[in-house]
Amino acid sequence: MSTATTTTTPTLAGGNAQLATFWLDNDLYGVEVEHVQEVLRSQGITQVPLSPPAVAGLINLRGQVVTAIELRELLGRPPRAEGTDPVVIVVRLHGEAVSLLVDAIADVVDVNARDFESPPDTLDGKARELILGAYKLDGQLLLALDVNRAVGV
Amino acid sequence: MDGLDDIVGEFLVESHENLDQLDRDLVALEQEPNSRERMSSIFRTIHTIKGTSGFLAFNRLEEVTHVGENMLSKMRDGVLELTPFRTDVLLRMVDCVRSLLAAIEADGTEGSVDVSEVVAAISAALEDRAPAASSVATLAPAAPVAPAAPAVEELHDEDNDDEHDEDHDDHEDDAAHAPGPVAAAPAAPPAVPTEPAAQPAAAAAAPKLEPEPGTGPQKGRGIADSTIRVDVDLLDALMQLVGELVLTRNQIVQYASQETGTDLVRASQRLNLIASELQEGVMRTRMQPIDHIWSKLPRVVRDLGQQVGKSVRLEMEGKETELDKTLLEAVKDPLTHLVRNSVDHGIEKAEVRLAAGKPSDGVLSLRARHESGQVVVEISDDGAGMDPARIGAKAVERGLITAEQMARMSTQDILQLTFLPGFSTAAAVTNVSGRGVGMDVVKTNIEAIGGTIEVESVVGKGTSTRLRIPLTLAIMPALTIECAGERYAIPQVSLQELVALDAEKAAAAVEEVGGAPVYRLRGELLPLVQLADVFGLTSDRHDGHLVIAVLRSEGRRFGLVVDRVINTEEIVVKAVGGQLKAVGLYSGATILGDGAVALILDVQALSRRAMRPEAAERQEARAAAAAASLNASVAERQRMLLAAIGGGRQVAIPLDTVTRLEQVKSATVERIGSREVVQYRGAILPIVRLDRHLGAYGESEREVLEVVVYADHGRSVAIVVEEILDIVDGEAAVHSDIDDMGLLGAAVFGDKVTELLDVRAAILAADPMFFTAIHDASLGVPSGLLEV
Repeated sequence: MSTATTTTTPTLAGGNAQLATFWLDNDLYGVEVEHVQEVLRSQGITQVPLSPPAVAGLINLRGQVVTAIELRELLGRPPRAEGTDPVVIVVRLHGEAVSLLVDAIADVVDVNARDFESPPDTLDGKARELILGAYKLDGQLLLALDVNRAVGV
Repeated sequence: MDGLDDIVGEFLVESHENLDQLDRDLVALEQEPNSRERMSSIFRTIHTIKGTSGFLAFNRLEEVTHVGENMLSKMRDGVLELTPFRTDVLLRMVDCVRSLLAAIEADGTEGSVDVSEVVAAISAALEDRAPAASSVATLAPAAPVAPAAPAVEELHDEDNDDEHDEDHDDHEDDAAHAPGPVAAAPAAPPAVPTEPAAQPAAAAAAPKLEPEPGTGPQKGRGIADSTIRVDVDLLDALMQLVGELVLTRNQIVQYASQETGTDLVRASQRLNLIASELQEGVMRTRMQPIDHIWSKLPRVVRDLGQQVGKSVRLEMEGKETELDKTLLEAVKDPLTHLVRNSVDHGIEKAEVRLAAGKPSDGVLSLRARHESGQVVVEISDDGAGMDPARIGAKAVERGLITAEQMARMSTQDILQLTFLPGFSTAAAVTNVSGRGVGMDVVKTNIEAIGGTIEVESVVGKGTSTRLRIPLTLAIMPALTIECAGERYAIPQVSLQELVALDAEKAAAAVEEVGGAPVYRLRGELLPLVQLADVFGLTSDRHDGHLVIAVLRSEGRRFGLVVDRVINTEEIVVKAVGGQLKAVGLYSGATILGDGAVALILDVQALSRRAMRPEAAERQEARAAAAAASLNASVAERQRMLLAAIGGGRQVAIPLDTVTRLEQVKSATVERIGSREVVQYRGAILPIVRLDRHLGAYGESEREVLEVVVYADHGRSVAIVVEEILDIVDGEAAVHSDIDDMGLLGAAVFGDKVTELLDVRAAILAADPMFFTAIHDASLGVPSGLLEV
């Protein structure tokens, strides 16, 4: 619990929250639903040479140029299989829109702080900094993503 | 608003806003009488109105606000306490000021609004215990209220009772609606005798306060209602959206043109018109008159003039010329610098001027106007001017050019040397030439916003600096290129020329200096930078062709090797997210016609990354020399553009008269009278067909016309040729004097006889007014054209 309180997001600290969930490399992740602006099918992505590896490129969101971040890369997962298109989740933080590339979108889930547990001590590397902890749902763990850190790249 | 000049209009808008604030402040002040902040705010408002009304000669307004200010200042200093009665009087003053403003707005005069009553009331409240019966008596119907009210005040003061004050507070809520009657009302219970007097006073006051709400509806929107304040961010967002709309419209119009269904075509034409108007409208919302930055200059000129002991008269013309707010900010400093320069160094001291037969007062004039999609700002003084001989000598001394080069340079070119960084760092130069410090900074700043700067000067007569600034930054012309499968945009400002080499030539033309690839561009070694290498990508051009974009940034020139050139187009600049700022190679992004995102290359950052820093200085010096020699050597060697004109004939056109090479679809050629024109970059471009002009008859109807564009002083003409053949060094050795119409002679280029085009005649055939529009003939066509 200490992790959750010392890091961001007041919603996680106590009571209930709503998380928009998505699949990434067979894991279920969630971000606070109020950060999510919209979800898009795969988009044309313009590569940005010399950008940090997690930056997949730029997409045109109705005339606004939005950076797309490859969450697989960010979380140290293997690249998506050839020929499968990512789903784009547009989040709005501090007034700026940023998009996250994930495998598939899932439901909006009500979670309770009672079910929350900080990440296991064995969790290492990049993922440790970005995963706030896990909600123990029935038969599935829901990993809470620290979206502010994720888009900070 | 008609009949009012701008100052009065602005004053009214501002005052209306301030008065609304004042109402709130006054009422709030009663709740917290000790708030110095509110007190000061009220004082400032009245002070401002007083000051401006005095300046604008609205005497009654000044009179009212003056007494109000007196009272407020005493309250602010704690000499007077704020009592409900005083609040009341102040609110009446506010209403009176409103009536006056309404009258001013109606016909520009203070009308018949009577202020004496309010003035008396305030004076009475100010003097506190002195009803001044005698003076009041002369004030006819309004009089009774004045003595009555202070009488009440006395009672209150004696009681000095908080509960009474609270009583008043309750009443004050009503006071906002009808200050007149309520003013007297609280007086009623404690001071019975005054009541009858108070009533008529209220009645008398009421009509005076009525007209204000009454006048509004009669004349439509009042001045305060016709403007609103809008957040600049909101305008930026609108501007972005409109930019998108324009791009989308372009796509739709393009699709529609392939359709035969007339309804779609008609609808797309309507969309086209509406989008254009909308774009114009939104752009106008961001426009501000240049006066916003000019208005500070009279003071600058005066202060500096006094400091250096010169008397300078500042003349301004075209104050109302509008440009984008962001650009206005960007131009402010360079402009101030130029003005300071003129006063400091340009204009001579009075005794020197008199000795030179000039009036003792110097004249500095600022002129602004719109000209072919740009704003032109001129700063001219009638000072000593700059002496090219001394500037040249100094430039030689600084090693910027050689004496030989200087000897061949035109006066114009020598003057431009003052913009070189190496030149202006020499403090001594300013004493000699009178100009220099910071001129390179001015130039850099102006160029950073896509503008240009040029200077003209006549010794003894004065100096004139001309800035050309784009109307807006949000949209800029750019070259789109492709590299390793992605498209990028390069701002047109940094682009000097494009060089395309086929595989055979490329293999021979690219040489190496210690491993660094270079290309000989007209005899100068141009360092080459592979964009794909900078990006760490692999170029997907494998056929050996080479496309070089010659770019210039901060005095360095380099050739950027790209895979292919796509187009030149107007792009809408968009910010990129913070994650990419660290890369540092992109100044933003844009959305292309097909909806894809393209990055805008930051040419400065690119050159900094690709080139060693010390190379820049060396190159700068050489570039200056090259620029000098290029202009100077016209007589001996000249770069020539060879073009076929049909019938097997070819002509040579001096390259320095060529601004751009373009292709134009025949279908887009329109007619004005007997002349052919084509729309080009938002202007009408007259064209001359060289084959007809010179009596050669090639294939007459081709789909795409090859066009040589020549532009000078904002005018352009297009010369149509059959085919662009080559660019060669003109050795004017082999001349023959074939004196045919439109030709200057002939020479042999390669092994073919080539006619030398009389460019001036060709241009005149397209646009007879071309040269007459240029006041100073020496600035028109370089004389070199005529002596090939």
